[in-house]
Amino acid sequence: MQIKRILAIIVKEFREILRDPLYFSLAFVVPAMIMFMFGYGLSLDVENIPFAIVDHDKTHLSRDYTYKFAKSRYFNLKAYTEDGRKLDKMLDKGIVRMGLIIPEHFQENLSAGRKADVQFLIDGTLPYRTKITKGYVIVMNAAFNSEILSSYITKTMGISLKQAKLKLNPIGLQVRYFYNEPVKSIYSLAPALIGMILLMSPPFLTALSVVREKESGSIYNIYSSTVTRFEFLIGKLFPYVIISIINANILWIMAVSLFGVPFKGNLPFFAAATAIYVVCSTGIGLLVSIFVRTQIAAMMVTTVLTVIPAWLYSGVVIPISSLDKIARIEAHLFPAMYYNYIIMGSFLKGVGIDILWKNVVALIIYSIVLFTAGYLLFHKRVKA
Amino acid sequence: MRFVLNHLRVMTIKELIQFTRDAVLLIATIYLFTFRIYVAGSGAGLSLNNAALRIHDSDHSAISRELISRFRQPYFRFDGEIHNEKEATPLLDKGKAMVILDVPPNFQKDLLSGRHADVQMLVDSSNSILGFLASSYGAQIVAGFSQEIAMRNMGLKQMPVVEDKHRVWYNPNQKKEWFMPLSELLTAITLLAMVLPAAAMVREKERGTIEQLLVSPLSPFEIIFPKILAMTFVILIGTVVSVFLVLEPFFHVPMKGSFVLFLIVTVLYVFTSSGIGIFISTIAKNLSQVAMLTILIMLPILFLSGSTTPPEAMPGWLRVMVNFSPLYYYIEASYGIFLKGAGLNILWFKILSMAVLGLGVFGIGMWRFRKQFG
Repeated sequence: MQIKRILAIIVKEFREILRDPLYFSLAFVVPAMIMFMFGYGLSLDVENIPFAIVDHDKTHLSRDYTYKFAKSRYFNLKAYTEDGRKLDKMLDKGIVRMGLIIPEHFQENLSAGRKADVQFLIDGTLPYRTKITKGYVIVMNAAFNSEILSSYITKTMGISLKQAKLKLNPIGLQVRYFYNEPVKSIYSLAPALIGMILLMSPPFLTALSVVREKESGSIYNIYSSTVTRFEFLIGKLFPYVIISIINANILWIMAVSLFGVPFKGNLPFFAAATAIYVVCSTGIGLLVSIFVRTQIAAMMVTTVLTVIPAWLYSGVVIPISSLDKIARIEAHLFPAMYYNYIIMGSFLKGVGIDILWKNVVALIIYSIVLFTAGYLLFHKRVKA
Repeated sequence: MRFVLNHLRVMTIKELIQFTRDAVLLIATIYLFTFRIYVAGSGAGLSLNNAALRIHDSDHSAISRELISRFRQPYFRFDGEIHNEKEATPLLDKGKAMVILDVPPNFQKDLLSGRHADVQMLVDSSNSILGFLASSYGAQIVAGFSQEIAMRNMGLKQMPVVEDKHRVWYNPNQKKEWFMPLSELLTAITLLAMVLPAAAMVREKERGTIEQLLVSPLSPFEIIFPKILAMTFVILIGTVVSVFLVLEPFFHVPMKGSFVLFLIVTVLYVFTSSGIGIFISTIAKNLSQVAMLTILIMLPILFLSGSTTPPEAMPGWLRVMVNFSPLYYYIEASYGIFLKGAGLNILWFKILSMAVLGLGVFGIGMWRFRKQFG
């Protein structure tokens, strides 16, 4: 192994990157753009659910009830109608996602001390939105009930409103949140996005750069030169690792300053773990580049191998703990999951190597396996 | 006219041959339409399942046990008791527990003598959605239990309460097995529709074979259009395979509307998306640039159009942008056809919007191509 030859390849690679200004700037712009767009745009909070009211009762109590939903920030009143068929149509068209139907005699029943029914029709196409919508409905209905009940009990039992409330609700629940105390979704999202972007961008850069040489034939210059395959791979991948580490820094700064995510952990440890992760994902690109011959195929395979798993298994949308069976196994096959523990531990939990070491070891093993496989499968001699 | 048709036919066949020659690409496409969708359907959903729960019960009474027994699957998984408050934090730090429920001493005594008692829940909210769901399920369980205790204490039967009956339409049990595979199929279609025509175009540029095509008696339209035709053909076959070999037999996704309408909408969508691809290919000089530009344009379209997250909650400016995403209309139309059984009478506006968008993008792409090579 000669350092001089490795340096020569590194210089050649950097020159090639710089010669293509569009590509060079995209290598930095794309990760930052994704962070920016998703950080601001990807809201997992369920709010502003469009809904319609069908009020057959039209009394002050029914208006009280519907008003609770109309003024809530979770719901967005789109229509008020007396015709149930109009509601069906609006649900079909997707104009509203929920309908609230109040039958006749709503007030009459409640005033007489009887129970009254209301009906909610909820659009189930997006299961996650449906579950959260149902949760809101239950909570808001319960709040209304406790008002009605306490005034009822005050009247019938002749006690004060305060006593009535206590009687009705003997058990309270205090919730204390840990790590993400204000429960802001951006605190969970921005760190997870770093993991997702760093799984996608390095393999793309790497796979494309190797396959481009294959497709244009310039790789034959390398084959016929004195450069060993080890030197070639190191020299070839080094620039992309550097670019990705710079990107990791940019993303970290964006998370902390732009989105205000607290970083509670140990910065040197996190930086080292991130470098290992970047090497790891570069290794995925290397392996892809060995199996494919064309850049289109490189693009497709890298997308299949990284974009979708990065989305699903880096904890951005779906928490790893709620994966099951096959997906769980698949999650273990990608480095994103291990890095997700490191990133969440470092940003939000403020834990260090004493707790996260297993994940670092997993990433190191992962890198070693990828690079060994890449090295063994890369041949300077073309198959006949 | 006969010449044009013949040109289109020959060029389309050429594109198909070129596509099938790349074995890895072929395998990746097949994987996207079959195995990938299967994994998505049988895998994850955005919900709280089996959250690891530890109990710290300082009361050990009948009522405290009754309350604890209500924290059960599918939302919570009872992972044992802890006997000291100090054990709590390390468990949360290591991720061994997500929720810790703390019942205070004298819980039962307080309740029986009509006093108020609080239970405490420690929730790991490093994933904000899970944290929120855990506390809201917890609140529902405690509130329900609390009400029962109240009724028992007061000996009341008839109460003036509002009972909320909800019916969920279209996917009554909120099966992720219906939602996820469909979402994944639409993702696969988007990916291929954007990448393949753009890549096929730039490959000609990069290898210089575009010059051969330009000197042949082909118009720019006859060069570009067959690339889209060929890829539409590939994607349609993939879609049919995916619907009949994966969605129906494995997940029993209902097909309430017309399958033919779905295919027509798909064709329209593929044209629209490949218009974006063609536009990219006129900017890019080489395939590496195509890859980066595609990612830049495709990722937001893919993930912000409502395939996984509800678009209503997005900030205002993005909600405006989403109106320019063809995938947004395609998602609405597809879910409408599959789950709601919607027909043209309901979907016409969405389909029309998509068509207008597609014509616009395709027109710009053609115009730029003519300017470059015309």
